[in-house]
Amino acid sequence: MISIKNVSKWYGDFKVLTDCTTEVQKGEVVVVCGPSGSGKSTLIKCVNGLEPFQSGDIIVDGISVGSPKTDLPKLRSRVGMVFQHFELFPHLSITDNLALAQIKVLGRKEDEAKKKGLALLDRVGLSAHAAKFPGQLSGGQQQRVAIARALAMDPIAMLFDEPTSALDPEMINEVLDVMVQLAHEGMTMMCVTHEMGFARKVANRVIFMDQGAIVEDANKDDFFGSPRSERAQTFLSKILQH
Amino acid sequence: MDFSSLITAMPGLLSGMMLTLKLLVLAIIGGVALGTLLALARLSNNKLLSTLAGFYVNYFRSIPLLLVITWFYFVVPFIIGWLTGTNEPIGAFYSCLVAFMMFEAAYYCEIVRAGIQSISKGQVNAAYALGMSYSQTMRLVILPQAFRKMTPLLLQQSIILFQDTSLVYAVGLMDFLNSARSGGDIVGELHQFLLFAGLVYFIISFGASTLVKRLQKRLTV
Ligand SMILES: Nc1ncnc2c1ncn2[C@@H]1O[C@H](COP(=O)(O)OP(=O)(O)OP(=O)(O)O)[C@@H](O)[C@H]1O
Ligand SMILES: [Mg+2]
Repeated sequence: MISIKNVSKWYGDFKVLTDCTTEVQKGEVVVVCGPSGSGKSTLIKCVNGLEPFQSGDIIVDGISVGSPKTDLPKLRSRVGMVFQHFELFPHLSITDNLALAQIKVLGRKEDEAKKKGLALLDRVGLSAHAAKFPGQLSGGQQQRVAIARALAMDPIAMLFDEPTSALDPEMINEVLDVMVQLAHEGMTMMCVTHEMGFARKVANRVIFMDQGAIVEDANKDDFFGSPRSERAQTFLSKILQH
Repeated sequence: MDFSSLITAMPGLLSGMMLTLKLLVLAIIGGVALGTLLALARLSNNKLLSTLAGFYVNYFRSIPLLLVITWFYFVVPFIIGWLTGTNEPIGAFYSCLVAFMMFEAAYYCEIVRAGIQSISKGQVNAAYALGMSYSQTMRLVILPQAFRKMTPLLLQQSIILFQDTSLVYAVGLMDFLNSARSGGDIVGELHQFLLFAGLVYFIISFGASTLVKRLQKRLTV
């Protein structure tokens, strides 16, 4: 479904990504972790072309992200993305946040889009908040709306960039629960997260990045059993301590 | 002081005020529209486009408005006549309108640009990630938020423009101030008329400015 092939990226002289290669099969959940600044966000943003890369290629559902001929907006409309800081549109109601891209990008009728949005809002347990604005919701609620907004586009895969790291601890689980449910339904997911409980529960594979390179790419059990690299081991022991 | 001649002159003053307001409103609409396009050009990744827009803004911010007005009075009719092949004079009003629009656009551009830059990159990414095009992202997500934040500044700039419209006396347009001046001249009571004009400008500008400050407070709460 998502195939990343020898991707390298530079910011001027600084090499952010070094020859990254990995794959996410249909229905697979892959967790990406690694220390701050290791290039996790950059890599995941390359997948839907939010960040350009200079060499290598990424193929999403048979379409090359790197090719200049690719219709990137169309490709992005088929891949959902959830951000660390939710990024709901603050000037629009929750209903309109959910409907906007369905109408403007997919060309759905307004009532159809709203109906679909409401159904998804219900699924993340927030149907009572449809008429509110993002600023009136808690962080955890906003993130669940953001997930619903992405799902409303009927994505073939979902990308998550640290979806819980901006949340107060008591709100993390309500978001993780939605993600776990999504994983159980067979959604193809690539998640940058340090929630190792989530990784243990639903991940098929875990990728560990350091200094722009993929250092480990292992099945979940192998990864938690015996990470091969010393850096991964140090990192794991650090985040598992707390 | 005797104000009876002021009352007799009221219809003339009123039509002067109408001209001032018409010029103001059209210049604001055109100036903000052009300024927004300039801001988008300045922020674009296209080097040529952003350089040209930058040059435009710096140019118009470096020359006096009075010069632009007189310049357009003589040059704009000439260009339009040349383009359309007719010799119709376009008149002082439209040449002034174009002058104000183009001059103010340089100032509005900088306000809009700051407004766009105050919206986080994450909002752009979120819109793109949903499959929106650049123009959808700007129209539906970024500009509505930016304009909300910028409204007080845009209004403040428009109050300055309201005062600056009086410069049209240079090309003989009968705006409010010019009507007051000529009205006073005719009856030989220039002082009263100019005092009255000053009072009107003060009331409108100060009143509007107070309202804007109140709005600003409400927006920041
Ligand atoms: N626009 C940019 N220009 C230059 N350098 C950048 C830019 N964006 C990111 N970087 C650098 O690229 C590196 C990777 O950044 P990235 O955001 O991908 O890391 P990350 O693994 O997601 O970190 P975190 O866990 O803090 O989110 C960092 O060193 C960062 O400073
Ligand atoms: Mg990151």
